[in-house]
Amino acid sequence: MVHGEAWTIKELFVYPNEYVYWSIQIVMYPFMTGLVAGAFVLSSLYHVFGIKQLKDMSKFSLVFSFALLFVAPMPLLFHLMQPIRGFYVFMTPHFTSAIAAFGIVFSAYGAIVASELWFVYRKHFVETTLFIMTKSDKSFTDKIKYVVFGLLTLGSFDISEKALKKDEKMVRLLAAAGIPVACFLHGYAGFIFGSVKANALWMTPLMPVIFIMSAIVSGIALCMLTYIAASGIRKYYLKRRNISLQASQPEHLAAEEHLGVIKITAKYLVLFLVFAITLELLDLIFRGYTAVKAWDIIRSVIYGKDFFNIFVLQYGFGNLVPLVIFLLPGLTIKRTVAGALLVLFGVFMMRWNVVIGGQAFSLTFAGYMHYHIPFIPHDYETFKEGVFGALLIMGMPFVLFWIFANIFPVFNYKKRL
Amino acid sequence: MRNHALRPFLVIIGMVVVIMAIRLIIVPADFGTGDRGYMYGWHRAGNEAEWKAFAVKYKFNDEYCRDCHFENYDAINQSPHVIVKCENCHGPAYDHPASPPKLEIDKSRQQCLRCHASLPYHSSDRANIKGIDPDDHHPDMECSMCHNPHNPVSGESK
Amino acid sequence: MMTRRDFLKGVFGSLVGVALPVAALEIANPNKLYAQKASTRWVFLVDTYKCVGCGLCVKSCKLENEIPYDANITRTWVERYVITKDGKMFADTPKGARDGFALSKIALGQNRYHDIRNEDIKKAFFVPKLCNQCENPPCVQVCPVGATYQTSDGIVLVDRKWCIGCGYCIMACPYGVRFFHPVHKVAEKCNFCYHRISNGMNPACVDACPFGARMIGNIRNPDDPIANIILTKRVGVLKEEYGTKPQVYYIGLDKEVR
Repeated sequence: MVHGEAWTIKELFVYPNEYVYWSIQIVMYPFMTGLVAGAFVLSSLYHVFGIKQLKDMSKFSLVFSFALLFVAPMPLLFHLMQPIRGFYVFMTPHFTSAIAAFGIVFSAYGAIVASELWFVYRKHFVETTLFIMTKSDKSFTDKIKYVVFGLLTLGSFDISEKALKKDEKMVRLLAAAGIPVACFLHGYAGFIFGSVKANALWMTPLMPVIFIMSAIVSGIALCMLTYIAASGIRKYYLKRRNISLQASQPEHLAAEEHLGVIKITAKYLVLFLVFAITLELLDLIFRGYTAVKAWDIIRSVIYGKDFFNIFVLQYGFGNLVPLVIFLLPGLTIKRTVAGALLVLFGVFMMRWNVVIGGQAFSLTFAGYMHYHIPFIPHDYETFKEGVFGALLIMGMPFVLFWIFANIFPVFNYKKRL
Repeated sequence: MRNHALRPFLVIIGMVVVIMAIRLIIVPADFGTGDRGYMYGWHRAGNEAEWKAFAVKYKFNDEYCRDCHFENYDAINQSPHVIVKCENCHGPAYDHPASPPKLEIDKSRQQCLRCHASLPYHSSDRANIKGIDPDDHHPDMECSMCHNPHNPVSGESK
Repeated sequence: MMTRRDFLKGVFGSLVGVALPVAALEIANPNKLYAQKASTRWVFLVDTYKCVGCGLCVKSCKLENEIPYDANITRTWVERYVITKDGKMFADTPKGARDGFALSKIALGQNRYHDIRNEDIKKAFFVPKLCNQCENPPCVQVCPVGATYQTSDGIVLVDRKWCIGCGYCIMACPYGVRFFHPVHKVAEKCNFCYHRISNGMNPACVDACPFGARMIGNIRNPDDPIANIILTKRVGVLKEEYGTKPQVYYIGLDKEVR
């Protein structure tokens, strides 16, 4: 079978070489990078705009953003027919291609996040290294830790007040610089699709803006979820170690203050959700009004075979229901979790409906291609571009986050070293 | 270090230098902007010669076949099948007779039905070709059992 | 006296400083940017009146260019259009017409067929398709690594050793001529049999066609008969609205052709 044949069913008149070449991993990629950008922006809300209630959250979302950053290229490595050559994008970039420019922007963004993390955690690296140095009886893990944390200090051991103030200044600077880069990052993902004139569904100048808006929405939703989860996990850990909340963390927020943070964040979520919905509806209305050559086939896809995916799953469950949840008075934590999960689902469906939807109709405008995502992997190809490949990518951020949390601790209570 | 805040920046510069160094090793020396400019001509120049050296399979020169196969050559030249090249049915010559010594002939029904399945498309030359209904006319036999492909009109069956 | 730190800084700085401008020169060489008008620009001419849909072109292309014969991809193909008396258009291309069109019923995919009675046919014809070697190739524009490019004589090639297999070029082609080669696992497409035309031969499909429906020429050669037809007779191109400036010209191009 040629690449794509295993999961493509052609109907009516389709060119012989047409298959769904950009499948689930190309849906995952903008979804992941959107979460990266959104998590970073949320972290910056504390460092740049000083929203104090987001202090705990900002450390968490920064490390999570870093974990997501490592996961983001994984869908691409799965998708490329020649993954080992993937780094050629850095060797001979062809900047007329949005993908090449993306590589540079992504690396720049990675540099900013990594640098910001260094400044946030430098004190911890120094303290850990010095502590292990004083230990007379070093275990094997101690020796490993010594090397790792020692390297991470980059040789700068000054943790005086003056040095730490400098660290804070750099964090603010990087957090501020990172926000436009994060927007650029996602604008480019939209540009990759929006500039393909051959694809009648993708080709619209609105695409970069729609992608940015939905990325911000997904990032805020993810961070709201992780914030709630993190507070819950921390409460659990403290209970286990029998440390009272007040003793460990004088500035620990009470339950009502948590809700306050959530409510403020929800307001921003609603704002960007409204932007995202407006742009998508605008695109749809324009297409129907202008009714260009491709409209007949696109209409049959949007209102016909993809009606459920678009109007019920994406607009209905993914946009309208969360909008109602967040707008109704008396927001609770439980409602927030439901709303945020639905928002993330909606953003995922938006990526799906753009990527897969754009390949649902043939270039002939007289045929269709049905995408059947492989479930049981028969070979490497049906694994990497199938359900299990997608689930592996979905799970990786949490795995990496767990690993990173050992180097960049996200909870503020003093762990027994 | 006067300002420790520059350390991460140095690491990044270091990485960029490493990438540039790797680039010097990995990227072939003839990679660059070709005659068509950066947008349409950014490539490894040596690839053009590689494609020009791609192996030729078909000769599509029936004169080449005539020297040995003059009987069939003369026969087909006097028939309406003169327009069909030898290799259309006998496959690509490669280096025949050196290699392969024998060419595989496509004697399948499907090969003849390409033109001779009757399709009444009057806005194309297809309608001018004599044809049969594939389901009616001896559907389980090879056409060459009765028809001589080199002389389909007046030649006896083989 | 220079400290070790300062020395290292200096070395790094100079390395970066030297590497960057040299790379920039490569991208912005003014002499190369204004492409000299080459003496050869390949163009293709298809006469859709002459095409009978035999598919011998598809067969010979697969064998000449080492495209796996049974794989459902092809560098060139032939489409059949049947317009019935009630104005409906039916089109198909079974296996890209690798085996011709033996059935009068239209293939609808998934082993379903549509019977058309002969008396209902208003007009019907065949349209061979292949890469248009566009003057403004969108597939080349979107390649992130410079694996696909256009030669000075207008042919768009793919560097099999450099393609990373992202598929952006395949998505960017409005004509659907590109695909992934099942063996080499890189992007692939018709290149007018570059290895043949660069050595004085015709593309395999041009020679294979018994009816002379396919022709190749050099638009820059004033004595070229094909160039002459293109410049003096009425010809059409596919999907002009995309601005790709395709260089495959069609005689008898019908409005129904996709």
